[in-house]
Amino acid sequence: MRLLSGDPPRGWPARALVVLVALALAATPLLFHGAKPLEVAEKICVMAALAASYDVLLGYTGIVSFAHVMFFGVGAYGVGLASYALGPGWGAMALGLAGGLALSAALALAIGLFSLRVQAIFFAMVTLAVAYAFNVLASQLPDLTGGEDGRSFRVPELLRPGHHFGHWLGTAVTGRTLTYYLVLAGAAALFLVLLRIVNSPFGRVLQAIRENPLRAEALGYRIVFHRTLAVIVTALVAAFVGGLDAMWLRYVGPDTALSFSIQIDVLVIVVIGGRGTLYGAVVGAAVFVIAENYLRALIGAAATATADLPLLPNLLHPDRWLLWLGVLFILAVRFAPRGIVGELQRRHDEGRRS
Amino acid sequence: MTPGARRPDLLPALTPLIVAAIAAPFIGSLPTFVTLTVASLAMGAMLFVMASGLTLAFGLMDVLNFGHGAFIAVGAFAATVVYQFAPHGSLATDLASFVAALAAAAVVCGFVGYVYERLLIAPVYGRHLEQILITIGGSIVIEQLLLALFGTEPLDLSPPAAFRGALVFGQIAVEKYRLVALGLGVLLYVLLLLVLSRTRIGLLIRAGVENREMVEALGYRIDRLFTAVFMAASALAGVGGVLWGLYQSQARAGMGADLLVLVFIVIIIGGLGSVTGCFLGATLVALIANYAGFLAPKLALVCNILLMVAVLLWRPRGLYPLGAK
Repeated sequence: MRLLSGDPPRGWPARALVVLVALALAATPLLFHGAKPLEVAEKICVMAALAASYDVLLGYTGIVSFAHVMFFGVGAYGVGLASYALGPGWGAMALGLAGGLALSAALALAIGLFSLRVQAIFFAMVTLAVAYAFNVLASQLPDLTGGEDGRSFRVPELLRPGHHFGHWLGTAVTGRTLTYYLVLAGAAALFLVLLRIVNSPFGRVLQAIRENPLRAEALGYRIVFHRTLAVIVTALVAAFVGGLDAMWLRYVGPDTALSFSIQIDVLVIVVIGGRGTLYGAVVGAAVFVIAENYLRALIGAAATATADLPLLPNLLHPDRWLLWLGVLFILAVRFAPRGIVGELQRRHDEGRRS
Repeated sequence: MTPGARRPDLLPALTPLIVAAIAAPFIGSLPTFVTLTVASLAMGAMLFVMASGLTLAFGLMDVLNFGHGAFIAVGAFAATVVYQFAPHGSLATDLASFVAALAAAAVVCGFVGYVYERLLIAPVYGRHLEQILITIGGSIVIEQLLLALFGTEPLDLSPPAAFRGALVFGQIAVEKYRLVALGLGVLLYVLLLLVLSRTRIGLLIRAGVENREMVEALGYRIDRLFTAVFMAASALAGVGGVLWGLYQSQARAGMGADLLVLVFIVIIIGGLGSVTGCFLGATLVALIANYAGFLAPKLALVCNILLMVAVLLWRPRGLYPLGAK
């Protein structure tokens, strides 16, 4: 309970769902063989932590940022480029991460101060423009960032797939397994930190600003300061997650670290999982990543089955997966704004009251 | 006018001249400078057409449509369909097909805009967060539908023969199509100003921008007015999409998302809701994009971000902010 900052998911259905995801993530290397399940599990860890940090902005503070993935990318590029330039090593990764964190904080401070002064809606527009420019810049500076191709780099000896630790319960424990658990532990730690933050006095002020900015200001809380600090803190978390992901992928590039589609994914995960719950990010990430990896095949099968009909196969093509995601997203915003976890918690709360 | 009345604020209107004056010595050669400047004015006119509707809809109803870019793409694709069937050859047919393409884009986008406004935006009036989320969803759906209908490859949208080529004055060459785009942009700007200042609808729109509740209290259905403004905004985006598609000689489903970034910078610089500010902002953004694109191509977009930062430092609400809000 202390670890969860006294804020566990309310009600057993939500609780069971979160525990199930956590246990499944912890046991994936032992339960499944082969590379694919581990890739999926790693993606869930990364997206859950990234979406949780985004939820602090969207759900708790009530501001929409489109630059969140930019900070993720800054952290990823920090680790990647440092390892590429200095050679594989823990020191290089730490240095790169530190550099990424510093740059993220500086960028977040600048964006926050410029765009949160006037109207919150400015922030959404400004972050969109800045993130887009940053993405273009990263792909146009090939000498520094590797351009469109990105950079592949090597990780320390201990984390490489070729490094065998032996067998445990019939599964080969390799450097990949260790990397996976590092990512999982890092993501879990960051999640707990975020949970602590939203339950701190600072987190309460953020929620007060979300509910009624004028009243919060009248009570003496400076809105710009708190909003900007929220942007900086979540940018730091995002950069950290980016570093973890780069370590896993052993590659950084615009597509894996800065792409706008990741930003959309994060947005969808938070809304479908449940805004303002943090746990929603975990459940949303699990649902989203699994759907992305396995439901695509299903849509593709539907396309083959309807191949003779006009237009329908086009709409059901696996590459049009985003179309259905968009529809689902609109329906979620419109009819289930609380998301999966929020809805489960509401039912529980109503059950207790009656 | 009483002595205490505000003098017209002309300083922002001079900023494009200042930018041009600063850039001129760096560019050096005069023909290059003139070519770049004319290109910028044309690009600015196109950006204005795309951005004007967005800023107007925001001014009236506080609605910011993050799916505005998708309408730009819809307009360009509507034009490709028209050009598939249009006859080619003489100047008259080229002009007729151009007008038909613009009209088709305006009608299609106006219609899609109507459905979009009723289905997505009407339920979330007054709630910014939900608006941003739901219009992002809308833009994804429209973009994916375009991909499903027209395929993933960009479609060819070359300007008709009458608009190709350039007029040459001594050492200075000016592409004909740029003049067409510039002319159309200025025409639409003047039309918009006239509609806003001289017609009853325009009066209601201006009144609604100033004080929505008061207009409602006088018995006008401002949500209906807004639906009409939103349709016009979508139609303008579509017209802008045709102009831009012809300029780039292609229609891409992703073009709207790319342009939306510039459009946002334009309306932030101009001041949300202001048509004149939008025109100035579009010109400024285009000037910077072309000058920087010539001097330091990799930094063009970054320069525009810096422009936005500079303008916001100078005037936090943009060049010509709306008064009372």
